Amino acid sequence: MITALLAKVFGRLPIGWLQLRHNLTRLVTAVGGVTFANVLIFMQLGFMNALFETSVMTHRMLDAEVIVASSDFRSMREANPMPRSRAWQAMTIEGVEDVIPMYLGQMFWTNPLTDDTTQFRVIGVDPDQQVFTVPKLQAQLSQLREPDTALVDRKTRDFDPEIEQQLAKGERLEIEMSGRRLTLIGMFAQGASFADDGSLIVSDQTFLRLFPQRKPGTPTLLLLKTDPSWKPETLAATINQQFPEADAKAFSKSAFIDAEQSYQARQTPIGFVFGFGVAIGLVVGLVIVYQVLSTDVQDHLSEYATFKAMGYAPRFFLSVVFEEALCLAALGFIPGFLITNVLYVIAAKVTSLPIEMPWSRPLFVFVLTAVMCTASGAIATRRLNSADPADLF
Amino acid sequence: MTSTKSINEPTMATTAKDSPSSIEAKGLCHSFGEGDTKVQVLHGVEFSIRRGEVIILMGPSGSGKTTVLTLVGCLRSVQEGSVQLLGEELNGASETTLTQMRRRLGFIFQAHNLHESLTAAQNVGMGLEVHGIRGEAAWRPASERVLELVGLGERIDFLPEKLSGGQKQRVAVARALVGNPEIIFADEPTAALDKKTSKQVVSLLRRLADERQTTVLMVTHDHRVLDVADRILMMEDGRIVEEKSTSESIEIPQ
Repeated sequence: MITALLAKVFGRLPIGWLQLRHNLTRLVTAVGGVTFANVLIFMQLGFMNALFETSVMTHRMLDAEVIVASSDFRSMREANPMPRSRAWQAMTIEGVEDVIPMYLGQMFWTNPLTDDTTQFRVIGVDPDQQVFTVPKLQAQLSQLREPDTALVDRKTRDFDPEIEQQLAKGERLEIEMSGRRLTLIGMFAQGASFADDGSLIVSDQTFLRLFPQRKPGTPTLLLLKTDPSWKPETLAATINQQFPEADAKAFSKSAFIDAEQSYQARQTPIGFVFGFGVAIGLVVGLVIVYQVLSTDVQDHLSEYATFKAMGYAPRFFLSVVFEEALCLAALGFIPGFLITNVLYVIAAKVTSLPIEMPWSRPLFVFVLTAVMCTASGAIATRRLNSADPADLF
Repeated sequence: MTSTKSINEPTMATTAKDSPSSIEAKGLCHSFGEGDTKVQVLHGVEFSIRRGEVIILMGPSGSGKTTVLTLVGCLRSVQEGSVQLLGEELNGASETTLTQMRRRLGFIFQAHNLHESLTAAQNVGMGLEVHGIRGEAAWRPASERVLELVGLGERIDFLPEKLSGGQKQRVAVARALVGNPEIIFADEPTAALDKKTSKQVVSLLRRLADERQTTVLMVTHDHRVLDVADRILMMEDGRIVEEKSTSESIEIPQ
């Protein structure tokens, strides 16, 4: 079946495939090598994307089309407060229907029973507003009207299972945080990020009590609900023109996410570390495939010389080796992809990172593998092309 | 395309006498190695072979027979002297020209050089794919016909590892013939064959020469097959030292 398919694709007898099939040990070795390289690359990309993704999990939950942050905004973690008057100003702009201030801060909590310290991102919002896109979370928001209460992220890194059980049963749990009593009254699911172990959602009033140094008039972000007939990008540009003192900056939601991710890519070693891992995976694959293909060419040198003597041109041999390379790329990719899917589930469980397989990644990895195999193949045929057929017998 | 024609389908016959020369070598010299280890193996070889002639090249080992064969057969680049092959000068010919020329030739090697992963029919088919006859359906009939011609009608779909030495050699012969070459070069083609099969193979070559004006240049030590030749060229120390004509006493075996 493969033979017939390849015969169609290449428009000739698929010698490369027949040759690979003939030597099963070699085929298995090569496919194993490609599989290994694939898994390595997939895992690196999985971790890298997960880390980039965790940095914008809060961003994605926000139910707003346009977001205003201080003008020096680079990352939510380091975002500075801005004057509340920007909220009133934003309200006056045509197309803006509602403005919700949001307060952000970091706070440590030490579990007295386990002595484990958790760093929370604390999010303070008006409990009467529509703030989040996640319905389960939004539904719990009104409970935060009660002072000194909080919703906790159940996917917080190393979250105490006892606390989780207790909260799941609907019980409340009092904790102490920065000298104040805080009652955990519910849970939501977000997940750990590179910077924070988890998130805590409180009312704006509770937030200001937890962070007494923050003045009430200084939100970190403004969430803007807009008229759907306006394009968020256009609106963000209009708002930026209208803010006189340039102390605040408006983003469309997607631009806001992009800004955070590009900051993470620039300021953290994530991109470099995992990009390096991908490169190592490629090199490992390249070496294995090159070894296999060049041995294969070497073993068939006298047959190839015969073909050359019969009048086959150099590009014929190149196409045979490419055919072999593509077969190896495809055969190695399938098990590599399946193994990766299993490993992603395991790794996601262990690390609490959102490791997922977007549709574009298999495509990217396959193309990368095919290029790698083809390059190996091209190197492997060099000797064949330069020699007189008579010297090869 | 002539190459699709059956091998046993006679084409127009012209007499050997008025056909143009097929191979013409003049002052052919060749050396192997470089510097101190340089050894000259050919010292001005000259000969001319007409279309449709069967020529046997003989001589002790090391006399340069195979070197001559590979030089005029486009398998080795000509260093010095001139080779006119089918009207084309090979000295200084580009790789593209050489590739084009090779498609008009048929080679039978001492070692069969069959591709181990391909069946007999596929190995022979490779001799047709090079002429642009692509796909098993296209070359299968011709491949089967030639294999039957060399007595392997029962072994068409066998891999080389399932064939005896003589059978493999006959597949190699079939592969060389299937493209209807204008010249056939053979290096000890009967070395792996028994008497009966040797006779069959060389008489097949003789028939091709007579019926289709195929030129045959064969290197052999096998005295059993000398009678098919029109002329025998004797080589010694890189020169042609003697030429025997056998055409008077020849008897074409059927």
